[in-house]
Amino acid sequence: MGIKRATWRAVALSAATVVALAGCGGGATAPANQAGNTAGGGGTQGGGTVTNLTFDFPVAVSGPIAQKVQALVQAFNDSHPNIKVTANFTGDYTSTMTKVQTAFKAGSPPDVAVLLSTDLFTLKDMGAIVPVDDLASQAGATDWLQSFYPAFMKNSQADGKTWSIPFQRSTLVLYYNKDLFQKAGISQPPQTWDELVADAQKLTKPDGSQWGLEIPTSGLTYWEFQPFAIENGKNVVGDAANKVYFDDPKVVEALQFFVDLPNKYKVEPKGLINWATAPTDFTTGKAAMIYHSSGSLANILQQAKFNVGVAFLPKKEQFGTPTGGGNLYIFKTTPEKEKAALTFAQWLTSPDNAAKWSMETGYIAVTPKAYDTQAMKDYLAKTPQGAVARDQLQYADKELATHEGQQVQQILSTACQEALTGKKTPEQALKDAQQKADQLLSKYSS
Amino acid sequence: MASAVADPAVPASTPSGRRRWIRLQPYLMLLPSAAFLAVFTLWPMLKAAAGSLFYNDSAHPQPEFAGFAIYQSLWVDPEFRQVLANTGWFILGTVPLSLVLGRLFALLVNQPGVLSPVLRAAFFHPVVLPMVSAASIWLFLYTPQYGLIDQALAGFGLGQVNWLGQPGTAMWAVILTMIWKQVGFYMIFYLAGLQNLPADVYEAADLDGAGAVRKFFSLTLPLLMPTTLFVTTIAIVNAFQTVDHLYIMTQGGPNNSTATLLYYVYQQAFTFNDFGKASALSAILIVLLILCALLQNWVDRRVHYQ
Amino acid sequence: MRGAGRVALQFVGLVVAVFWCIPLFWTLLTAFKSPDDPDALTSLFAGLQPSLQNFAMAWQSASFASYYLNTIVIVVGILVVQCVFITLAGFAFARFEFRGKNILFTLFLLQLMVPASALIGPNYTTVRSLGLLDTKVAVMLPYVASAMGTFWMRQTFRQVPRELEEAAVMDGARWWQVLWHVYLPAARPALSAFALVSLSIHWNDFLWPLVVTNTPKSQPLTVGLSLLTQMGETGAQWSMIAAGTWIVILPLLVLFLIFQRQFVNSFLQSGLK
Repeated sequence: MGIKRATWRAVALSAATVVALAGCGGGATAPANQAGNTAGGGGTQGGGTVTNLTFDFPVAVSGPIAQKVQALVQAFNDSHPNIKVTANFTGDYTSTMTKVQTAFKAGSPPDVAVLLSTDLFTLKDMGAIVPVDDLASQAGATDWLQSFYPAFMKNSQADGKTWSIPFQRSTLVLYYNKDLFQKAGISQPPQTWDELVADAQKLTKPDGSQWGLEIPTSGLTYWEFQPFAIENGKNVVGDAANKVYFDDPKVVEALQFFVDLPNKYKVEPKGLINWATAPTDFTTGKAAMIYHSSGSLANILQQAKFNVGVAFLPKKEQFGTPTGGGNLYIFKTTPEKEKAALTFAQWLTSPDNAAKWSMETGYIAVTPKAYDTQAMKDYLAKTPQGAVARDQLQYADKELATHEGQQVQQILSTACQEALTGKKTPEQALKDAQQKADQLLSKYSS
Repeated sequence: MASAVADPAVPASTPSGRRRWIRLQPYLMLLPSAAFLAVFTLWPMLKAAAGSLFYNDSAHPQPEFAGFAIYQSLWVDPEFRQVLANTGWFILGTVPLSLVLGRLFALLVNQPGVLSPVLRAAFFHPVVLPMVSAASIWLFLYTPQYGLIDQALAGFGLGQVNWLGQPGTAMWAVILTMIWKQVGFYMIFYLAGLQNLPADVYEAADLDGAGAVRKFFSLTLPLLMPTTLFVTTIAIVNAFQTVDHLYIMTQGGPNNSTATLLYYVYQQAFTFNDFGKASALSAILIVLLILCALLQNWVDRRVHYQ
Repeated sequence: MRGAGRVALQFVGLVVAVFWCIPLFWTLLTAFKSPDDPDALTSLFAGLQPSLQNFAMAWQSASFASYYLNTIVIVVGILVVQCVFITLAGFAFARFEFRGKNILFTLFLLQLMVPASALIGPNYTTVRSLGLLDTKVAVMLPYVASAMGTFWMRQTFRQVPRELEEAAVMDGARWWQVLWHVYLPAARPALSAFALVSLSIHWNDFLWPLVVTNTPKSQPLTVGLSLLTQMGETGAQWSMIAAGTWIVILPLLVLFLIFQRQFVNSFLQSGLK
C-alpha cells in the first residue's frame, strides 16, 4: 500500500531529523551538520556547489504579483551564487496547501513555501516543517527572529518554538468613501459599533442602489467575523491549539451584532457577500464602507475615482482585528537546504525587501525596521492610508488556527453563514459549532 | 468456440502452437484494456471499501483500524445528511428539466429549414465548453448588482438578488448552470430518436387525420421512451459526477447548501486531508452509482419485454 | 406541420437560441472592457475598448502556453491509446467465444457504472504510490481503457458480414490483415464519433487533473483557468477572467463549429439509442 510506504518514509525522515536536531540543539554542532554547512557554504568542497531550492508561492489572480516574485527571486539568485531558488506558482492559498501536502506525502515537498500562517499546526502535525529557532541560532540570527511585529508572531509560534516566518501579512481595515461621507454630512469614520450602525444607516439608500456597509461573508467567513469577537473582548481562539471559544457569551453577542447588520439594521445586502466583489462594489460607489484586507489597498486606490479613506475597524470594548495572510515555511529536507532556505527567508524579510514587498503589494511590512527605510517613508508621505493597518497592529490578535485548522475554520464559517442566512440563531449555531470543533480537537492533547 | 480465423497458408509444422495462439488470442486482445480497468476501476473500488474501515487523517498519521465507526459517525452527522439531500435536489432539479428541454430543443432543431444548423449550434455549444469555463461565465452572470441577471432585473425595476449568496437560491443557480451546459448533449440523443421514428406509423396516422399535437402525444412521446430512459441514466450519473462548477461558483456554500456527494469527497480528501472519511463517502457514492445502473437495467428490460 | 405552425416553431426556437447564446456573448463583451474603469461593469456598453489588453494580462498571469500544450498532449495521448485498446477489445468481444467472457464483460460494465471521477480518492493514492503525481501520464491513466468505446466497437464489428471475413481468409489474409482491411474500414464512422466524444470529454475534464497536477508542467487548461478565477486579495478582475475564459474555449468552439455536422451525424451513425 502506497499510503503506508509514504508514511513510513515520513516517519523515518522525521526520526532522522529529530536525531539531527537533537544533535545540534544542545549547542554542540553535530558533525553531519558541519559537513552540511561547508557544503552549503560552498567554500571548501568543489569550489562553489550550488544548493537548489524550490519555492512554492500562492499566486492568486494578479499576473503582476507573479512577476514581482520572479524579480525578487532573480535578485536573490544574483546576489547569492551558491543558492538557486526556483519559484513555482501554485494557485490560491488553499490549492497551494493541497499541493504541498500531496507533495510531502509523495516524499518531495518544496524546500520553502508561502502558506497561510494558520496552516502551521497542520504542517507541524504532519512533521513536514522544521522550527526556525534552531536554524537561526546556528546561523547567529536570533536577533532577526526578535525583529518582527509581535502580533504576527502569535500565528508563527507554537509549543515555545517558532515554526514559520511572517512574510505577506495583512489585517482587516475599514475602507470608506470620503465623498459619500461628506455628502451625508459625516465628518469622520465610525469609531464604535454604534457609530458604525448610525453612519451606515445614513449612507444606505432604501432602493438598494447604495449600501452603507459591506463585510464580505463568503469564503473565509470566520476571518471576517473574528474582528467582532476580538472587539467584544473574546477572541475565538487562545494559545492552545486544541481549544476554541465559539460558544463564549461574548462571541455569541458578537455574532448577533454581525447578523443584525444586514438583517435588523438593514445596512448591508442580505445573503453572503462575495469577498472578491466587495472591492468592486466599493470602487463603483455601491457600498460606502467595506471591511477588507489591507492587501487590497493598492487595487482599490487604483480603481476608485473618489477620495478613499482607511480607518481602524470600529471598536466595542476595544479595537481589534485578526491578522491574516501568509508565512514562510521551511520544510524538512537536508541540513544544507534548510540552511539555504533560512538565508533566503532572512533576505526576503530584510528591511529593504520587506518594505519593497509591502509597497508593491499592500501587505504590511513585517518588521518595524522596514518602516524606517527611506523608500517606505516616502511612500507613506504620499499614501498615508498605507499606515493605518500597521498602526492597528497593536490591537491585532491571532487568526483562528488550531489542529485540523481548515476543518475548524470551516466549522466556524458555516456557523456564521447559518446565522446570517437565518437557518439558526447565533447562539444555536455557535453551540453546534463548539460541539463539532471539540469533537475534532479531542484527539489532540495540546 | 473460437471463430478460428484459420490461415490455410500456415505451415504444417506448427499446428499445436497455432491452436494455442488461437485459444489465447481473445485474452491477449483484451489484456491491455482489462489491465487498466482492473487497476483504475476495480482496484480503487476495493480500496475505497477497505480504506473506509481505517482512520486515516491528520490525527492518525498511521492508519488505525476503525471498523464501521466512520460509517456510524456519518450516519448521525447532520452535515452528511445535508450533502445527501443536496445531491438528491441537484438530481431532481437538473434531470427532469433537462429531459423536457432536451426533447423540446430536438423538436425545434428537427424542423426542416435554414435555421436548423444555427439552432443546433446555439443549443449544443455549451456542451463542448469545459464546465469550469461555464461556471466562470455564470459566476459572473450571477454577481449581485452588476452581473447580467441583476442588471436585467433592474431593467424591469426589480430588486437585486444575491443568487449564489443565499441557501435558497444558490442551489437553483448551480442547477441552472448545469442545465445550460448539458441540455444540448441530451438534445442530440433525442434528435437521433426523432430521426429513427418509423415513418409508416406516421403515414397511417395522417390517413386517420390525426393532428400534429395528437401525433406528438400519442406517437412521438411513447416512441421516444427508450431514448428517455437512456438519457435519464446519463443525466443522473452526470449529476452525481459533475462538481467542477461547485469548485468555481460556491465551494459548496453557503453553509454547505450546494455541496454534493462527490464535492464532499473532494473536500474531505484534498482539503481536510481525511482519507478515511473520504473512502467511506466514495464507497457510498459507488454503491449509489451501481444501484442507478442496475435500476436502469431493470427498467430497460421491463420496457423492452412489453 | 402546416406553414403558420412551422414559422411559429422556428420563431420560438430562435428566441430560445438567442437566450442560450447570451452568456457567451456577454463574456466576450466583458473581455473587451477596460479593467480600470469602475463603470465598465455596471452598464452594458460602458468602458469598451478595442484592445486585447485583457487577453494579454490573462495570458501573462497564467502559463497558458504550457496549459495548451499539456491539454493537447493529454487529450491526443488518451485518444490514440484508447483507439488501439478499444479496437482490440471490441474485436475480441465481437468475434470470439471464450471462457470467462462474461466476467471480463462485467469488468468493462463496471466502468460504465462508476465513472473515473467518482474514484478520485483511491486513484490518487494509486498514482501517488506509482510516483507519477504532477505528470501528464497520471492525468491519462484512468481513461486509456474505455468501456464505452469497447462496446461501440463491439457493436460495429458485429454488424460486419461474416462472408467478408471468410473471403479475406480464403485469400490468405492473417487475422490482423482481416482486422485492418475488413473490420476497421467499417468501423471508421464509429471511431470518428468516439474520437469527437473522447476529445471533448477530456479537454473539459477538471477534477482529476486538479487533484493530480501541481505545476504548469502538467496542468491542463481547465485547471489553469480555475487558478485564474481564484481571486486572492485583490478582488474580482472580471474583464481578465472573461478574457481567460475565451482563451480556453475558443479552439473548442471553432472546432465544434467546423465539425458540427460530423459530430451530430457520427452520433446518429454510432447506433447509440
